[in-house]
Amino acid sequence: MASESPHALRSFDQELDRLRDLLAEMGGAVEAEVAGAAQAILEHDTAAAARVVEQDKQVDALEREIEQFVIRTLALRQPVAGDLRRVVGALKITGDLERIGDYAANVAKRAVVLAQLPQVFSLAGIGHMARLVQENLKTVIDAVGESDTEKAVRVWRSDLAIDDIYNGLFRELITYMMEDPRNITPCTHLLFIAKNLERIGDHATNVAETLYYAVTGETLTDARPKGDTSAYAVVRPREQD
Amino acid sequence: MTVASGAAPPDAVASVAPPPPRIAIRGLDFFYGATQALRGITLDLPDRQVTGMIGPSGCGKSTLLRVLNRMYDLYPGQRATGEVLLDGQNIIGPEIDAIALRARIGMVFQKPTPFPMSIHENIAFGVRLHEKLSKSAMDERVEQALTRAALWGEVKDRLGASALGLSGGQQQRLVIARTIAIHPEVILFDEPTSALDPISTVKIEELIEELKSEFTIALVTHNMQQAARIADQVAFFYLGELVEAAPAAQMFTAPREKRTQDYITGRFG
Repeated sequence: MASESPHALRSFDQELDRLRDLLAEMGGAVEAEVAGAAQAILEHDTAAAARVVEQDKQVDALEREIEQFVIRTLALRQPVAGDLRRVVGALKITGDLERIGDYAANVAKRAVVLAQLPQVFSLAGIGHMARLVQENLKTVIDAVGESDTEKAVRVWRSDLAIDDIYNGLFRELITYMMEDPRNITPCTHLLFIAKNLERIGDHATNVAETLYYAVTGETLTDARPKGDTSAYAVVRPREQD
Repeated sequence: MTVASGAAPPDAVASVAPPPPRIAIRGLDFFYGATQALRGITLDLPDRQVTGMIGPSGCGKSTLLRVLNRMYDLYPGQRATGEVLLDGQNIIGPEIDAIALRARIGMVFQKPTPFPMSIHENIAFGVRLHEKLSKSAMDERVEQALTRAALWGEVKDRLGASALGLSGGQQQRLVIARTIAIHPEVILFDEPTSALDPISTVKIEELIEELKSEFTIALVTHNMQQAARIADQVAFFYLGELVEAAPAAQMFTAPREKRTQDYITGRFG
């Protein structure tokens, strides 16, 4: 909450500021990872891919540091109310960011393999999806830094668009595979990449939900619109009798 | 703001309805001479629950306890207006016998206040003011009260010894035994552990948790963690007003009022 007055015990404010800074640092590193991963696929840039894999170690180290910081704060400050929600929220957000980093690293590794395979079709769909995911991620990380619930809600709502693109890509890639079995290997990698990007979008919305609760004390209750229907893209499950 | 027991919606499930209030405070004002110390307090003390009262010094929480058992009667110039209903009867009305009332609403203070008598006599003395019991019935009452206050095992072999020889924590449990020996309905605790070490504090807190199966309890405390640990409902007072009352879990995770949030997170000062 931006308008909050300082604690009577100033050192607690400094600790909460430090926690916010650590999250911002981790958020920035994860953003860079996702950007690097996108570049690696779209531009067949294996050097960018290597940088992403390297950066993921830094992200993991930041996650451990934030975890330790949160545990220490819970033990020594015993925060309540808004402070408690903020500290526990940081713990959850750091977990989501770490997962996002893992997905980005996985995308980067696949980009290296993909760069060695013949590419006979456009990557425009993946590029579009990657841009949307990066946009959401940037917005939600800004929202964390500014405790901005409006931005959080915007991210939370816009994940549906990412799911839609993912479903389209899924069908498109299956079509390529049916056209020519030689497409199966690159398309399978692209499917995993698309799925990883879709998961990054989901974790960004998790961050948005956590932030919303940390700031307001209320949960985003109505079920988030879920758009990943790729599980049913080829065969619809039969209705239960 | 007021925190009255809003009427339950007609289709509310019985199991989620809050227990009926044992004490219902309605629009209570209190004055020390010309100084108003409580302003329009409306609050329910639910039956067999612990209501924790928190707030900075001078916020009115101890004054409220003093009103609940008419302690202010002892001082000229102090007066209360509004209603404090104990089982529906207004206990701040003029027709109430304050002595009889204090047998129904017991009080335990910050510092243990044992009488300079034997342990046995500390309890029997209070009982005798209200009841005439045979020696065996009195002995039974004393044992019952000491057992209920988790002190019997420690003092049963020295009931004739002076109560002043007990430790602070034991003295506080003795005072609690003295209070429950006269079978009150409500017990008011005014910072009961602020003079005690952590182990004695835990014993008193455990005792309060046990006592709530039988009594309605109000607990004034400066220790927020204590309120969080043992209160069912927590009320926050500031400058003589009740700012907010809510279940403890809500109060310490997501209070509604900014003043509450600022106080419990340590932003006053």
